[in-house]
Amino acid sequence: MHAFVPFAAIVSSSLFILALMWMSHPSTARRGVRAGEIGMLVAIVGALVSHEVVDYNLIIIAMIAGAAAGIPMALLMPMTAIPQRTAISHAFGALAVGLIGAAEYYKHAHAEYAGSFVLWALMFEMALGFLTCTASVIAFAKLQELMGSRPVSFPGQRIVNGAVALGAVVIAIMLALDPTQTWLFPAFVALALLFGILLVIPIGGADMPTVIALLNSYAGLAASAMGFALGNKLLIVAGALDGASGFILAVIMCRAMNRSFANVMFGGFGKVVAGAAGGKDDRVVRSASAEEAAMQLENSSSVVIIPGYGMAVAQAQHKVSELYQALTKKGVDVKFAIHPVAGRMPGHMNVLLAEANVPYEQLVELDDINPELPQADVALIIGANDTINPSARDDPQSAIAGMPIIEADRAKSVFVIKRSMNAGFAGIDNPIYYNSNTQMLFGDAKDMVGSIAKELAGGGSGLH
Amino acid sequence: MSALNPDYLFVFILAAFVGFQLIKKVSPLLHSPLMSLTNAIAAVVIVGAITITGEEGATPLAKTLGFIAVFCATVNLVSGFMITDRMLKMFKPRGK
Repeated sequence: MHAFVPFAAIVSSSLFILALMWMSHPSTARRGVRAGEIGMLVAIVGALVSHEVVDYNLIIIAMIAGAAAGIPMALLMPMTAIPQRTAISHAFGALAVGLIGAAEYYKHAHAEYAGSFVLWALMFEMALGFLTCTASVIAFAKLQELMGSRPVSFPGQRIVNGAVALGAVVIAIMLALDPTQTWLFPAFVALALLFGILLVIPIGGADMPTVIALLNSYAGLAASAMGFALGNKLLIVAGALDGASGFILAVIMCRAMNRSFANVMFGGFGKVVAGAAGGKDDRVVRSASAEEAAMQLENSSSVVIIPGYGMAVAQAQHKVSELYQALTKKGVDVKFAIHPVAGRMPGHMNVLLAEANVPYEQLVELDDINPELPQADVALIIGANDTINPSARDDPQSAIAGMPIIEADRAKSVFVIKRSMNAGFAGIDNPIYYNSNTQMLFGDAKDMVGSIAKELAGGGSGLH
Repeated sequence: MSALNPDYLFVFILAAFVGFQLIKKVSPLLHSPLMSLTNAIAAVVIVGAITITGEEGATPLAKTLGFIAVFCATVNLVSGFMITDRMLKMFKPRGK
């Protein structure tokens, strides 16, 4: 039976790689999940039957309790809570990594291990694990709106952050060189935890897609570092896959905002800029009613719907799907333009629209939809703001200059569903609202889309 | 084991390259489920937690830390795989 153990690691590593391979397309993705599940099962059985394990009681209890918590979470959680759940799962994963590291450290807290590679790897792993844990908890709190999504800043923030990071690194080095100083260990853990909090509080809600992806990457790297410390190749492989995935997603998110990692992490983007909202009084805004919008949509041959975080907040995705069905039934070609950073995590809009039964072929990426927009009769913007702001393209002075946008303003006419004229997350004025081909539909996204869909279903007469 | 075993670095580099190549091919449609899938896969740290909790001569502290770690990793892997599947089930092609 023990001869099975090294092969278990090879089998599960291969299955994890296949799982990612099959994720490339929706038609094979569920097979990928199966592969991942089997890989995990093989890995767990491999660990349980290895000769090192002699006591099963606690393990079984912990696994039953974990499943008892995890299954209801998976079944009951609404799809709108996916970003929060992803953040909190990074916290759980990172906490597990940190705690395993701590237990390993105490095992190695003897003079003979001083300066050994194991200790260096453990210190690195724990630093990453504990900081990812608290950083993810803060990200969760921001996404769950337990705390404000605006960046938190205070005087001397960078100095404090730097001092905390430096303190953690110095103690880690001291512990790696002399692991018998166990009294220092709690200070190391506390500083790493504190640094995680400090890292995320200055980051605003709109930057959460990047932050979540980056934390995903950290959690993976921490798992990999643990593999190095424990001499476990399976952990190295799984951690490297996770780390690579989070890293690539973070790069995609940064590119989609034309910003660097450093700018996302330390830029304090999305702060309320005092006085920046002035001087919009002389421009004219045209507003329209649901009836007017319905009539124009019905008479179009092609419509591009551009959803943003506002659609998620208003939980409007099912109404949006009704609108899509109604228009499709009338022979209108409807596509959805998905900006990579729309929403609060990578792929957020896709999940919501898929949940509402919009076929995935209709969800089109930024680069593919922009060439089509000049031919579109109507661009309907639902709760998106910065991702369609033409000043990113036209105004080199803009705070979001150079950010790739969905060029909604190029469509023949534009409808914007918006609660009020307040500026978006980035606090930047959006000239699209004042264009002559733009009409504003003021109101809650869910109600407004619902009334348009109702108008269409009612035959478009506006009378019922 | 007082120095870095180059074999591990070798495995890490290869896995990272494979990871980069595979993730680049993932459709942006599926970036949310991808993240929850990789998160579930990273819960394989449970194997380390199992060893710590159950090994011979484990101290009460090690058992406690290991117990919490097994719990956290199980929550992640169970809910991670299930939620990924729940999300993927919703992605339907036209005409279904």
